[in-house]
Amino acid sequence: MDVKVNILRYNPETDRKGHWEEYILEADPDERILDLLHKVKWFDDGSLAFRRSCAHGVCGSDAMVVNGENMLACQVLVKEVSTPIKIEPIRGLPVIKDLVVNMDSFFDSYKKVMPFLVNDSEPGERERLQSPEDRDRFEDTTKCILCAACTTSCPVFWTADTYVGPAAIVNAHRFVFDSRDNASKQRLEILKDVDGAFRCRTAFNCTSACPRGIQVTKAIEDVKRETLTIN
Amino acid sequence: MKIIKHSFDGVIVGAGGAGLRAAIEAAPHMKLAVITKLYPTRSHTGAAQGGMSAALANVEEDNWNWHAFDTVKGSDYLADQPAVDILCKEAIDSVVELEHWGLPFSRLENGKIAQRRFGGHTVKEGEAPAFRACYAADRTGHMILQTLYQKCVSMGVTFFDEFQVLDIKIDDGVCRGVIAYEVATGDIHIFEARAVTFATGGFGKIYKVSSNAHSLTGDGPGILYQKGIPLEDMEFYQFHPTGIYRLGILLSEAARGEGGILRNKDGERFMERYAPSIKDLAPRDMVSRAIATEISEGNGAGPNNDFVYLDLTHLGAETIKQKLPDITDFVRTYVKIEPINEPIPVQPTAHYAMGGIPTDVNARVLSDASGTILPGVYSAGESACVSVHGANRLGTNSLLDIVVFGKRAGQSMVDYVSSTKPMELSDNAAEDLTNKIEKLIEKDHSLEFSVPRIREELQDSMEENAKIFRTEESLEKQTKILTDLRDRYQNVTISDKGKVFNTELLEAIELEYLLDMSDTTVASALHRKESRGAHSRVDHVERDDENWLKHSFAFKNGESVKLEYKNVELGNYEPKERKY
Ligand SMILES: Cc1cc2nc3c(=O)[nH]c(=O)nc-3n(C[C@H](O)[C@H](O)[C@H](O)COP(=O)(O)OP(=O)(O)OC[C@H]3O[C@@H](n4cnc5c(N)ncnc54)[C@H](O)[C@@H]3O)c2cc1C
Ligand code: SF4
Ligand code: FES
Repeated sequence: MDVKVNILRYNPETDRKGHWEEYILEADPDERILDLLHKVKWFDDGSLAFRRSCAHGVCGSDAMVVNGENMLACQVLVKEVSTPIKIEPIRGLPVIKDLVVNMDSFFDSYKKVMPFLVNDSEPGERERLQSPEDRDRFEDTTKCILCAACTTSCPVFWTADTYVGPAAIVNAHRFVFDSRDNASKQRLEILKDVDGAFRCRTAFNCTSACPRGIQVTKAIEDVKRETLTIN
Repeated sequence: MKIIKHSFDGVIVGAGGAGLRAAIEAAPHMKLAVITKLYPTRSHTGAAQGGMSAALANVEEDNWNWHAFDTVKGSDYLADQPAVDILCKEAIDSVVELEHWGLPFSRLENGKIAQRRFGGHTVKEGEAPAFRACYAADRTGHMILQTLYQKCVSMGVTFFDEFQVLDIKIDDGVCRGVIAYEVATGDIHIFEARAVTFATGGFGKIYKVSSNAHSLTGDGPGILYQKGIPLEDMEFYQFHPTGIYRLGILLSEAARGEGGILRNKDGERFMERYAPSIKDLAPRDMVSRAIATEISEGNGAGPNNDFVYLDLTHLGAETIKQKLPDITDFVRTYVKIEPINEPIPVQPTAHYAMGGIPTDVNARVLSDASGTILPGVYSAGESACVSVHGANRLGTNSLLDIVVFGKRAGQSMVDYVSSTKPMELSDNAAEDLTNKIEKLIEKDHSLEFSVPRIREELQDSMEENAKIFRTEESLEKQTKILTDLRDRYQNVTISDKGKVFNTELLEAIELEYLLDMSDTTVASALHRKESRGAHSRVDHVERDDENWLKHSFAFKNGESVKLEYKNVELGNYEPKERKY
């Protein structure tokens, strides 16, 4: 079948601002949106820029806005979206070219929340023990692939880009609720800040955007609640 | 072109599991940079699913010697046994170390790391399948990649993200540094560094149906091959039995480890005929051949009889949800099948390169078949060939390989840097590369010589002529095709002439590595007149230890490939017929 695809193009070397380009592509309903982008790039206009690697929703490269919603281009099939298919870069981060945005501030926010295990006690020669129940408490937030779909769907982030954003809070949650970690207090202090978890207005956009099915808003609520326990 | 110069003691190319593990080892002792064409967390280590083996004995009796036996037998006796001993012995501490750094392994009721069964891993040298694979649901690789990256963040390791290394500088046989292209700007960066580790991963993109990421194009092996460094055991490429039909997306062996069964169109559990003792948990080369045989004998399912079924329906919703959540989601997302109720159409998918850059057990790169060391250059992970996997890798042994030998690469860099002095790299070091890029940009674009056209023909023809079963005829045919593609590549053109995020330019350069990987694979396969592990010659069906218990070393020789051989290092296990 023929599919009409509109892509928001922008090339900083030639364009003053973005413009829509229309492509008519021969496509199979079972193909991924990413396959469509490849068709444009490989057989029509080689200059189209987008990130991608794994092509099956595990590396987090290709978050973009498809028909108004954030998703991974490799995780959605042609038959699941209405046509014409409108594809734009994720919002709130500076566009470098076409569908590629500058992720620096996103990763800076991630690094701010101490996204690593802190435990200075001598671990011994074998693994630290952890019960399956304790392990389960942070299972959901271990799944994050740092795709930025959540953060760039957040209305608070769009207006205040100093807000650490849902992804950073998800990654803080991953450690705050890990029974082996000793730095929750420090992390929660960071998230108590004006640009921390309390900026969240529970719009739930992040939860619907997350391609890993993480209950992002719930994770933020968990963190907020935990923040109230430290003093 | 803007050229920027940096000075480091050591550079690691690649930020997958192997590169990150090397960085953790090296960073405290030198001025170190990690250069990666993808953001570290986008590396394909994150796609690994099933597990990482170590004889922890958390579920049942186990010891590293049994693990070593299985690895050697699985390798069809081509692995170097002293290296295998290191792999299996150091496995235990490696898993524990990852746990201490925060890796959220799945747990047993007693709080210890959970372990599951996997293909080719047994207790007591073949008695029964072993619970040896440590796992975190079916996203073990994701957890390893995240944990190693988190550790690097906590240490303040310096990263150059989305910088693609395109050249290495070796003067008078000694490493001086690498040249990288900054994807966002098109600037060229010269990195002075006397120790360089390549951890660039695999090259599954030489085939059409593959579990590998688009980015897995053999850059490290390609860069070194073009400098005259040989590539080892390239004929041994692993096809994983269970890729999603046509898409190639992997469904981990963990699915069979948890009890999944392969069935042909009649619903028959055909592996009972091919490997009576361990059936569906036979090593991958055997299962992939069995599937290919079922299909060629007309037992495949579907209108074209070209796939078989992976049946999980008897496992129950709870096991699937707890232990195989991601792979069953892939099935729901991409083929709209509910694996709890319906069997899944699968076919073998190009998966893992046993071959690669030859190294010793300390990750030092070898420049010939007699073991001469190339000073300052290291490799670890899938880009390297130690060899611990020989002719066929066992599942879960690669995640192990990347941490064990990634660490050793880091240690070797430290040893080398502490015993040598910095060396200047001249300002015109990037000249070869800038000329190459300028030539590509200047040439007028023509569709006939476009990257996707040449690449598609390469992948289709490799799929047809150099996959699971090979013959002299198919390999000769492929050699001719490759010569023709190489000729066309000399005129390759691109349409994007810009500097910013010109990924078309980078795809053009990667295509040359894919051609190098294909050339060496086909030439090594053509010369090896026996069947061993993943290399099956229909015209030479027997393994021939008398003549072929040796590693291939493929050198670039003008436009063709020259082969030399190196004897396998044996150890405790004498080559025996491989039966399961
Ligand atoms: C779907 C799948 C499932 C798997 N499951 C398992 C499993 O359960 N157990 C197991 O043991 N093994 C498994 N494997 C195999 C294993 O995951 C890989 O072999 C291993 O992760 C490779 O790690 P690596 O560090 O060598 O490379 P990768 O993780 O692929 O990393 C390569 C790195 O090199 C960088 N790079 C490449 N070229 C350049 C360049 N020119 N310049 C700069 N940077 C560059 C990339 O950016 C990336 O950071 C699986 C593989 C796949 C594909
Ligand atoms: S929480 Fe989900 S949407 Fe947000 S970065 Fe992680 S994976 Fe992406
Ligand atoms: S390409 Fe990896 S998530 Fe889409």
